[in-house]
Amino acid sequence: MQQQQGNRFFFNVDWITVLIYIALCAIGFTNIYASIYNPDKAGVFDFTSSYGKQLIYIITGLILGLSILLFDGRLFNVFSPFIYGGTLVLLLAVLVIGNKVAGNQAWISIGSFKLQPAEFAKFGTALLLARYVGTFNPKFRDLKSILIAALIVGAPLVLIMLQPDTGSALVFLSFMFPLYREGLSGYFLLIFLGMIVLFVADFLVPTYILIIIIVSIAALFIYTNRRKQKIIFSTILVTAFAIGYLFLIKVAYEKVLAPHQRSRIELMLGLKTDNRGAGYNVIQSQIAIGSGQATGRGFLEGTQTKYGYVPEQSTDFIFSTIGEEWGFLGCSVVIGLYIFLLLRLINLAERQRSTFSRVYGYCVACILFFHVFINIGMTIGIIPVIGIPLPLISYGGSSLWSFTILLFIFLKLDSNRMGFF
Amino acid sequence: MDQLFNRKYIVQGLFIVIALILLGKLFYIQIISDAAFVSAESNVLRKIYKYPARGAILDRHMKVIVQNEPVYDLMVTPNEVKPFDTLALAKALDITVDEVRKNLKKARGKSTYQSTPFLKQISVQSYARLQEMLYRFPGFRTQDRTIRHYPDSVGGQLFGYVKEVDSADIAKSEGFYRPGDYKGKSGIERSYEEILRGEKGVINTVYDAHNTPQGSYADGKYDINAVSGERLISGIDMRIQKLGEELMNNKVGAIVAIEPSSGEVLAFVSSPGYDPNLLVGRSQGNNYMSLIGNPYKPSMVRPIQGRYPPGSSFKPIDALLGLQEGVIDVNTTFNCPGYYMAGNHKVKCEHVDGNISMRRGIARSCNTYFCYVFQKLITRNGMKNQRQTYQDWRDKIAKFGFGQTLDIDLPFEKAGYFYNSDHYDKIYNKRWGYTTVISQAIGQGEITATPLQIANAMAVIANRGYYIKPHLIRAMGDKIKKEYVEKNYVGVDAKYFEPVIDGMQDCVNTSWGTAILSRIPDVVLCGKTGTVQNPHGKNHSVFIGFAPRDNPKIAIAVIVENAGYGSTYAAPIASYMIEKYLKGNISGARASQVEWMKNQNLLPVLKDKTKGIKLTKTDSLSIKKIDSAKRAKDSLRIKSATIKQTVAIKPREFKAIIDDKPVSNK
Repeated sequence: MQQQQGNRFFFNVDWITVLIYIALCAIGFTNIYASIYNPDKAGVFDFTSSYGKQLIYIITGLILGLSILLFDGRLFNVFSPFIYGGTLVLLLAVLVIGNKVAGNQAWISIGSFKLQPAEFAKFGTALLLARYVGTFNPKFRDLKSILIAALIVGAPLVLIMLQPDTGSALVFLSFMFPLYREGLSGYFLLIFLGMIVLFVADFLVPTYILIIIIVSIAALFIYTNRRKQKIIFSTILVTAFAIGYLFLIKVAYEKVLAPHQRSRIELMLGLKTDNRGAGYNVIQSQIAIGSGQATGRGFLEGTQTKYGYVPEQSTDFIFSTIGEEWGFLGCSVVIGLYIFLLLRLINLAERQRSTFSRVYGYCVACILFFHVFINIGMTIGIIPVIGIPLPLISYGGSSLWSFTILLFIFLKLDSNRMGFF
Repeated sequence: MDQLFNRKYIVQGLFIVIALILLGKLFYIQIISDAAFVSAESNVLRKIYKYPARGAILDRHMKVIVQNEPVYDLMVTPNEVKPFDTLALAKALDITVDEVRKNLKKARGKSTYQSTPFLKQISVQSYARLQEMLYRFPGFRTQDRTIRHYPDSVGGQLFGYVKEVDSADIAKSEGFYRPGDYKGKSGIERSYEEILRGEKGVINTVYDAHNTPQGSYADGKYDINAVSGERLISGIDMRIQKLGEELMNNKVGAIVAIEPSSGEVLAFVSSPGYDPNLLVGRSQGNNYMSLIGNPYKPSMVRPIQGRYPPGSSFKPIDALLGLQEGVIDVNTTFNCPGYYMAGNHKVKCEHVDGNISMRRGIARSCNTYFCYVFQKLITRNGMKNQRQTYQDWRDKIAKFGFGQTLDIDLPFEKAGYFYNSDHYDKIYNKRWGYTTVISQAIGQGEITATPLQIANAMAVIANRGYYIKPHLIRAMGDKIKKEYVEKNYVGVDAKYFEPVIDGMQDCVNTSWGTAILSRIPDVVLCGKTGTVQNPHGKNHSVFIGFAPRDNPKIAIAVIVENAGYGSTYAAPIASYMIEKYLKGNISGARASQVEWMKNQNLLPVLKDKTKGIKLTKTDSLSIKKIDSAKRAKDSLRIKSATIKQTVAIKPREFKAIIDDKPVSNK
């Protein structure tokens, strides 16, 4: 009892998750070092360089994480509306006083330090969503609860879209999965999936053929269920919606998306090749990764990395360094670590007694999942270029700290799982 | 609640599926496909090629007859070019400002970041001027390489030419040749390409994404030094090669001289010839077109592509076969009334000699005598078996090298026609005999041979029964090809040669011979004149021979087209060649005869066949041997009017030469 009392703050912490966290940070540091390695100016502790800074971010991040463990877990539940509100204020502030970097107004400068509010909005939203579900325990069968959840997620999403930072905004779609876990109908996921499929298909197949396919499937479906009026009605509704959506895409694609986004999508779908212009980054990233072959060229031996062929390599395209220098083996290890972490987070979430903790755990896992999937998918050309970082590995303080906070809050909640609040 | 708990598995399953999709794509691009690896190498690696010097060629006295000259290509890397003084560059290069702009645009079209040729083969003078101010033209650099130089300016068809490879060559070589490489396209340059070309060197340099060189790749582990091509030693004697071309000036024809004991070709003259230096350097293309357009077809390699009836030079071989088969002996005489009756067809003879012996028959070139020999040869197995006996005769003659290529070490050799009996079976429906093909007895009619084959047959006689395959190159470094020591026996016993050679000796050295004007002081020249009937015009003048009689050093065949009697032109030309070869110079009164011969213009009159109008003879075939310093500017000068007329006349015949393909006999 005495001993337990002494370790009160770190009691019951899931150290395996912490180890994976540290491992991923270390992999990040190593590969950032390799990405900007310059043989004439070597030195791990050069704090003017990116890897030097990243080392500081990692250490401060670790301190930040451990200090989160010192808090009382209940505080996060209690303060979640304020944290959420705070991030909304930051998101509004960035639209007013933010710095424009590469067309996105996403950064607030505080001294020499730059803050990216969108990163912190993720855990603010996760906390409030968890609080809402934990307090009211809605089953998302009624429109009201769905709308409230949509509002919680939608408000920061819209503000981020205004920057505009499409990548970060897309990540907010990951909140669909916690809601699904808590009772939201699976049809929402299916409809979402269907919308993606139709979007892609609309580029590859003429629209009228798509309409013929949709209508024939619907007709078949109605025929097999011809005695059930309700199904016939909803099928017709969905079909009409799908066809309307197809036309909407055409308009939205031209009017809403920026030219660079359109070309990224077209490049990914193989409708266009532009190896020197917009497609350069993706092509070079794939070349670097592919040239790593089975076991990679070795640490600091990657020619594409060393001679700067992949732009943005230490940030969004850090995975290309891993691919080139460590090969398929290294890529498998990294993806394996992520999947292990994600599956573990889900398992941890499921063992929570409080709904708040469980929902929050799901949010953390799903946010991480979206980042990993979109980022790696982008570097190997199966997803259009969307500028979001690879969690814990990409260079950058805001990103690293926000993931640290996200993760360690959950670890704290998990260590308190036996408690009641 | 339990039902919702199961949704955990759907979420986790989704994670795993997505992870597998990512791994699948990674597996493809990293392990299955090597496209990315190749692209990565081409991203960072630039290969700079070092061109080796082509191998030199020496003549039999180790005199250099083909060598290399340094030239420089001006290269440009378009995206490193900064605005520069175009006028200064144009001046240094002797080109116009417009050409500077045009070339730069062309280079840009090929690649913006790779070094591409701006101007090829700039002269040494331009190079010297440019070196001093190259710093004013960032993005430009010079690349040194070598081009061919032929110091004696003779032997155009013999040496052939070297040219930048075209896309067909590159495709055929399966990647060995790259754009910018040079390759021998004809002559010795072509047949010994693999030995002469040497090995290209490569320097691998690593470049970063900003195209800045980052030093050598893998510490130069994969760099290769250029290895110069190997030296070739030819059997050519440049002194007589040069003399031969001078003697054949303004004449159409060929000279082939062979050293009988080795099969080495001593002289290989194809006339009209041209200066091989014409096909080197920047005016190569223009000069080539002029050669192709020339009505006298200098691009034809007459010693191995010209097909002439061997004519009277065939008679010694008839005699040899007659002796070997026993149908005549040394003392056999026939009566020559000035003609021979083959059935009701009359073969004329130039003389009325009455009873004539073999020795005298050869010396006086008696048609009648050899028609009788042929008659006896073909009918010796009875009249009914003439067709089979003809085939037997044909095969025995073929052993002397007729009717087949001799596989000389030059491309595009032709075989000549020499028909088998089934050819006549088809034409005459098996109803034919010696009278049908009697013209072959005197080397006329349907048999044709290349000058090389005729000279080779002479080597057989000089060797008393065998030949070694004629060849131009005796050694590559130290290696001598095995097939060049092997003796090819023709199946006639050595003892039968002496009586025939007696006749050939008389031909030149007695008052009744046909080539008595070609006697060489102190040298026993054995020979045989020929006056070959030419269905297309005036007779061809032919002489074959060898010298000295004992232990012969040189066997020769000379053909001067449309020049009339063999004794008038071909025989003296052969005698000058032999004297020069054996003695080193031509002495006494004969020296002035040589000059006279050089000045003879025997070019056939050009005819416009379509109109039947005779055109005037061109006064001179202006394929001048151009001083090598001047040659870069000069192109082959042929009177433009002549070219226009004749190109229009015979496009079909020119095509055969341009094709550069061996034409089969059938």
